[in-house]
Amino acid sequence: MRYLPHTDDDISAMLKVVGMGSLEELFSTIPEDCRKRESLKLPDPLSEWELNRHMASLAATMATMPDYKVFVGAGSYEHFIPSSVLSLLGRSEFVTSYTPYQPEVSQGTLQGIFEYQTLICRLLGMEVANASMYDGASALAEALLMGARITKKKKVAISRLIHPHYREVVKTYLWPTGYEILELPYSEGGKTDLSALDGMTELAAIAIQSPNFFGCIEDLAALREKASEREAMSIVSFTEALAYGLLKNPGSYEADIVCGEGQSLGIPQSFGGPSLGIFASRMKYVRSMPGRLVGKTVDMAGKRGFVLTLATREQHIRRERATSNICTNQGLCALGAAMYMASLGKRGLRELAKLNYDKAEYLKRRLKEAGFKIGFDSPTFNEFVVEFPSNFKATYERLFDQKIVAGLALASYYPELANHYLIGVTETKTKEDIDILVKGIGS
Amino acid sequence: MKSIDELILPKDYRYADDHEWAKVEEDKVRVGIDDYAQDQLQAIVYVELPEVGAQFQKGEPFGVVESVKAVVDCYMPVGGEITAVNTALVDSPQLVNESPYEEGWMIDVKPTDLSEMDTLYTSELIKEEILKRMEEGK
Amino acid sequence: MKEIGGTTGLVLNELLLWEKGGNGRCGFSMPRRDVESSPIDEGLVGSVPDFPELSEVDVVRHYTRLSQWNYGVDTGMYPLGSCTMKYNPKINEKYASLPGFAGAHPFLPPSMVQGALKLMYDLERFLSEITGMDATTLQPAAGAQGELTGTMLIYAFLRNKGDHRSKFLIPDTAHGTNPASVSLCGFHPIPVESNEDGILSPEAVAKVMDEDVAGILVTNPNTLGLFEENLREISEIVHGKGGLVYCDGANMNAVMGIVEMGKIGVDVMHLNLHKTFSTPHGGGGPGSGPVCVKKHLEPLLPVPRIVQVEGTYRLSYDYPQSIGKVHGFYGNFGVMIKAYGYIMSMGPENLKRASQLAVLNANYIKESLKTVFNLPYDRVCMHECVFSDKKQNVYKITTLDMAKRLIDCGFHPPTIYFPLVVPGAIMVEPTETESKETLDEFIETCKAIANEAKENPDLLHEAPKNSKVRRLDEVAAARQPCLID
Repeated sequence: MRYLPHTDDDISAMLKVVGMGSLEELFSTIPEDCRKRESLKLPDPLSEWELNRHMASLAATMATMPDYKVFVGAGSYEHFIPSSVLSLLGRSEFVTSYTPYQPEVSQGTLQGIFEYQTLICRLLGMEVANASMYDGASALAEALLMGARITKKKKVAISRLIHPHYREVVKTYLWPTGYEILELPYSEGGKTDLSALDGMTELAAIAIQSPNFFGCIEDLAALREKASEREAMSIVSFTEALAYGLLKNPGSYEADIVCGEGQSLGIPQSFGGPSLGIFASRMKYVRSMPGRLVGKTVDMAGKRGFVLTLATREQHIRRERATSNICTNQGLCALGAAMYMASLGKRGLRELAKLNYDKAEYLKRRLKEAGFKIGFDSPTFNEFVVEFPSNFKATYERLFDQKIVAGLALASYYPELANHYLIGVTETKTKEDIDILVKGIGS
Repeated sequence: MKSIDELILPKDYRYADDHEWAKVEEDKVRVGIDDYAQDQLQAIVYVELPEVGAQFQKGEPFGVVESVKAVVDCYMPVGGEITAVNTALVDSPQLVNESPYEEGWMIDVKPTDLSEMDTLYTSELIKEEILKRMEEGK
Repeated sequence: MKEIGGTTGLVLNELLLWEKGGNGRCGFSMPRRDVESSPIDEGLVGSVPDFPELSEVDVVRHYTRLSQWNYGVDTGMYPLGSCTMKYNPKINEKYASLPGFAGAHPFLPPSMVQGALKLMYDLERFLSEITGMDATTLQPAAGAQGELTGTMLIYAFLRNKGDHRSKFLIPDTAHGTNPASVSLCGFHPIPVESNEDGILSPEAVAKVMDEDVAGILVTNPNTLGLFEENLREISEIVHGKGGLVYCDGANMNAVMGIVEMGKIGVDVMHLNLHKTFSTPHGGGGPGSGPVCVKKHLEPLLPVPRIVQVEGTYRLSYDYPQSIGKVHGFYGNFGVMIKAYGYIMSMGPENLKRASQLAVLNANYIKESLKTVFNLPYDRVCMHECVFSDKKQNVYKITTLDMAKRLIDCGFHPPTIYFPLVVPGAIMVEPTETESKETLDEFIETCKAIANEAKENPDLLHEAPKNSKVRRLDEVAAARQPCLID
């Protein structure tokens, strides 16, 4: 086996040093009744060349760009990723290193993450960002836990227009803690109905997603006001980070915690993971934040350098009283996001975000012209809800033959929205692709 | 780390098990952490203090002291109400290292029962305790 | 000291991103605008985030230089105890980036993602087989999330029986994530001391086990690199009082094909694909922390589960007892691909062989260095061995000094100051992918450093000198945190 370097001579020489007669003898401390008797029932090993063929055959069953036109966002977005980013991210010094516990030999990762933290704060208008969480869903769950920690209250209100999967994850995380989750309904325009907060007291945090699951841009100023009135933390979640290349960021509405999914920032969709949990907050809450933080300092010769810092919040020091149990995060994805943001630059970011907006608006317009009803009239970014006739399911499935996926059916998440589909468009779809979609839907 | 003879444990202070000191000053008791504690922790980077007016019993945690790689709770050597906290520690936590008994004080307490002071170690007795710990290799 | 390859080199300086570049540069190929600009409510539009403006060359050079300041497994031996820094096969990186996998949307209909579902379905079964458990979920994104999931399964299992327990037993050799994970589940961790042999004794567990204890969280092999020989008996004690046994399988690399965890009373365990199954750590992540369970916990596993009917795969949410979801989608699929590729390349015999050689390597280091460093538990070890700096303390040399000196000599230091039960711990996990020559170089270097500790301690106090930066002021970083620029 090419990954195992030991020759027979090596093994016998080493066994001699350790005073053992065989490899089996090394395991003599393991009681007989703990042993595995038979050999593992696994496939026989494949050569690199056989495995190449096998993996190619599995991958070939998958419906992806450029053959397929997938008009779905809903928490995972198809964006172009520069080859330079993929190539840099493949550098083994980044890929094969561990968490930077020895800063002198990890300055690459450390400076890279410090730059990531800075760029994320600039994108979201926040004062501090951590080195990443697992994904947008667990980042939201951790944000709510942080809110409860800070306010010492036990109820949280979350919008029904937060990604349904995120709400599921929140439910799982909060279940054993005894915190109560209240759901905020949505209004006709496709935004969270914040007036539902009026009867709610003792809230630790209020969380909404913007752009929300329907693609609609939420009223973050109103959130701020409602949260302040109740001395609750205001939490803004997001699934499409690129939106903040165009939209006013949550920081400008004085959000307390901003968390979401960074997959759009140069990370392949990979069937949902690995992606990037973004987590940012106000500096005054930094000691309650989960996750790792990189800080700038100097070495003994006065030279600039970077270290993991404020680690007393974390599990390896504070153990059961840590701000989270997170250890391994999504560091490489964070680094990739920084590379992507650096490649775009401020003008590139704005231009790309606007292009995404315009493509979605173009599709929206075309569908309206074709006689379909747009589900909600609030402004959207990248995705929106369309109501199709009740026989649309057949068309939807017929379009698979044309290698088109015409959105995501919403009924299983929102039973009241039968025949409503969430359709997403990014810069990867040309005008021609969009026209073909509209034609297909209408046929 | 300091040796037992290098440790400063002033005679007019009293000491708790977890190395808080207490000193009666007129009608209040001033509290901080002792030289042994600050030396064990090394460079202190953050001190978390209670709100003025908060009430604690003897033995309850009132604050937190952090170094780069350790974090410890501080416990009330005597019960009572917090009448003042040393706000200088917010920006200069190193005062606890540099001057544990003077500028590095942490809280003032209006004691509920001043006789709780008598349950604390004297300078001689805490020194014996520390020596015992050092010999146990901890 | 003997000269070792790769200890000195070209270290180029590099500015921060925003200290570089120029107005108007862009490193991104902007897609052609083929639709007209649409109006947008100006009230919604923000100011443009202040990102640096760089050309593609600027970006490439920036990150290439940064990468050169990192030490990785591809650079050299990385004996970080508890982290299993084995070689990460290149071919698996290629599989994860196949366009069919990397470009797949998680909401595609099942008929369009059969390959991914099959891969996950098979990987679940491989991991169940390797651990000797009955069912596996791949959803947790890392070991700690696996722990949380596993602890929650125990919480749910007991709750379903109307059994509300408040405590969880955690040995003193535990990873820091262990107490943090059970605490997230609302349990109060109760420490259990290991005995003079460095393992748990049934008596110590019996003493603290009662009807209010939900379970025990044992790392096996433990963080001293020792097999928990009494685990079977301990399991009986815990089960006897109605509790469950959780095994932290972070150290599974020692016992693949050798121990059947399902047989020794373990009810639930997690694996770290980024340790045992060779997927890279990426400077901190992503990882993947599958959870394997026995039959009685299977109905509680996170949804969706992958089901197969006559060769067709789909995702099913139809598990009413499930604890719910822990990940936005299905977990770190890209990492699963690499672990799957690894298992398919290794096959059953080589996986067992890998464990045997990992244990041989650790014992070889233990025997070769036990006269040089203090060895608190002198027993046959598993995949790692733990020394301490006791012998060097006389010269005012600490574990940290020796670790930093190793950097100057071209090695990544071992894990230091963990486990907490060994003061000044030096935890060495060589893994099976290091050759005898590399181990010999490491051993010789450690001996030379121990000698320097005596003869020339300043060399250690001032180390490292050959790295991009010298020792950093962590105190200043924590007192006045500068977390963004």
